[in-house]
Amino acid sequence: MPLTLQEVQHIAELAKLELTDAEQARFRDQLSAVLDYAASLRALDTSAISPTATVLPLRTVLRDDTVQPSLAREALLANAPEAEAGCFRVPAVLE
Amino acid sequence: MELHTLSLTEAAAALRRGETTSVELTRTLLGRIEDHNPALNAFLTVTGEWALELARQADARMQSGGASPLTGVPLAIKDVICVQGVPATAGSLILKGYRPPYHATVIEKLLAAGVVILGKTNTDEFAMGSSTENSAYGVTHNPWDPTRVPGGSSGGSAAAVAAGLAFGALGSDTGGSVRQPAALCGVVGVKPSYGRVSRHGLIAFASSLDQIGVFARTAEDAALLLGAIAGHDPRDGTSMPTPVPDYAAQLQSGDSLVAGQSLRGLRVGLPKEYFVSGVEADVNTAVSAAVKVLEGLGAQVREVSLPHTEQALSAYYIIAPAEASANLARFDGVRYGARAHASTLWDEYRQTRGAGFGAEVKRRIMLGTYALSTGYYDAYYLQAQKVRTLIKGDFDSAFDDVDVIACPTSPTTAFKIGEKADDPLAMYLADVFTLPANLAGIAGVSVNCGFDRAGLPVGLQLLGPAFTEDRLLRVAHVFQQTTEWHTKVPAL
Repeated sequence: MPLTLQEVQHIAELAKLELTDAEQARFRDQLSAVLDYAASLRALDTSAISPTATVLPLRTVLRDDTVQPSLAREALLANAPEAEAGCFRVPAVLE
Repeated sequence: MELHTLSLTEAAAALRRGETTSVELTRTLLGRIEDHNPALNAFLTVTGEWALELARQADARMQSGGASPLTGVPLAIKDVICVQGVPATAGSLILKGYRPPYHATVIEKLLAAGVVILGKTNTDEFAMGSSTENSAYGVTHNPWDPTRVPGGSSGGSAAAVAAGLAFGALGSDTGGSVRQPAALCGVVGVKPSYGRVSRHGLIAFASSLDQIGVFARTAEDAALLLGAIAGHDPRDGTSMPTPVPDYAAQLQSGDSLVAGQSLRGLRVGLPKEYFVSGVEADVNTAVSAAVKVLEGLGAQVREVSLPHTEQALSAYYIIAPAEASANLARFDGVRYGARAHASTLWDEYRQTRGAGFGAEVKRRIMLGTYALSTGYYDAYYLQAQKVRTLIKGDFDSAFDDVDVIACPTSPTTAFKIGEKADDPLAMYLADVFTLPANLAGIAGVSVNCGFDRAGLPVGLQLLGPAFTEDRLLRVAHVFQQTTEWHTKVPAL
């Protein structure tokens, strides 16, 4: 079932991606083709199959709760587009 | 003999015997990079001065004793792996200018072993692609034919090794991104089992599938490299505490399964679903000839079935984008990378991401977001995870009957630049034989097994159960001892 432009816009908003009109139209067609191809998945009866999220036998690996050295604040802020007073600077979140 | 034509193992031996120095090797390769990288675009960043500093340190260490087998060996690193202070772009504009404040665990391990890092290699943006055409910094050209792609996403690393610009390289493999470019460039590529190598410091694409792997000219070289980076890491909760074998030593000693230079008793399975129409005739011919070589060495070859092969591609292209859409949410222009300026935070996010990501990354974020969104989660994502269980079961059953699976790495040899660039589905099919191993978490190796009629390399893929890298490397090594494909180098 092909996607509509409205669906493409809805997904883009969920993903916080600004798309041009041309991108929206192109993605509508290309994503529809990929989803159409992926529809073959639904032909399989998986009612008795459990999902695999990881192939590993490991679950919830924990470390000892001990203090360890961490990176210096200046080193982490060095890559920030804007920093101030030891913090990342962003536009106001609240009115 | 020219230094750059040595294998990694030969270069390391020459260093130990004092026949050359790390500075000499490093200068040679930096010179070749200067000569050939403008045409190939394999490296995005060359760390020349640091490389020479590391080489001088390695030479000093060689003098004072305490050198490791990799001390002084110059390597290339895919630009999705963090090296402290060296730009890491992941092939994306959104990370332009980013300098990681820390080393990936694999880099710490390599530096402790005394390697020389020549620079960072080109990749499809965030490792999403099969051709390096999705790099924001231009395509890498295949050293065998510059009008063709090197494969991807680790195309820069594969091309650098094939062109004699590095003795070995690191890449990452989420759906074939080490094995497929290794095949298309005629070198050895290893995708270790999931959990074998720490992912700490690897820029994440799809976290349940990503694994750092190695490129080199020979299986022997790859064994040395893998041995240096494998092992448990407390900083990666998905790294396994399984002991790391001495891969390089085991190539020589042999065991009950692959003894010495014989493959007697080794059971090799050919998946009938992989030898189908859609595979280029020359690829089939070369792979079939390689299987005959294995048989001639004593292997017992039989057919096996992986019944859910057809659905693997669909499952992968739901699961990988779904995980990617979550992983790439972190690129919002706040902590690192490029940032668009708008009056509200939400607009900054939208514009930063809209301007910073390329077409394929946007496509996959969209696909993944859709598959995880309300109303579609069960039909797509959950169903894909269930199919993943079936695919893993296919391999488990096959490995009850055989020790390794042999098949083509890629259905085609290197394709023309631009040939598939506008057709995502055709591009996704390039991974059809490699991505099932990522879904199942098993080990895979690609080794050059010949050339097509145009002179382009063909890869033989060997797959084994999780944590059988030693077995696969030994089969590849014995194959290379018997054949001469790995000695062929492209004319630049």
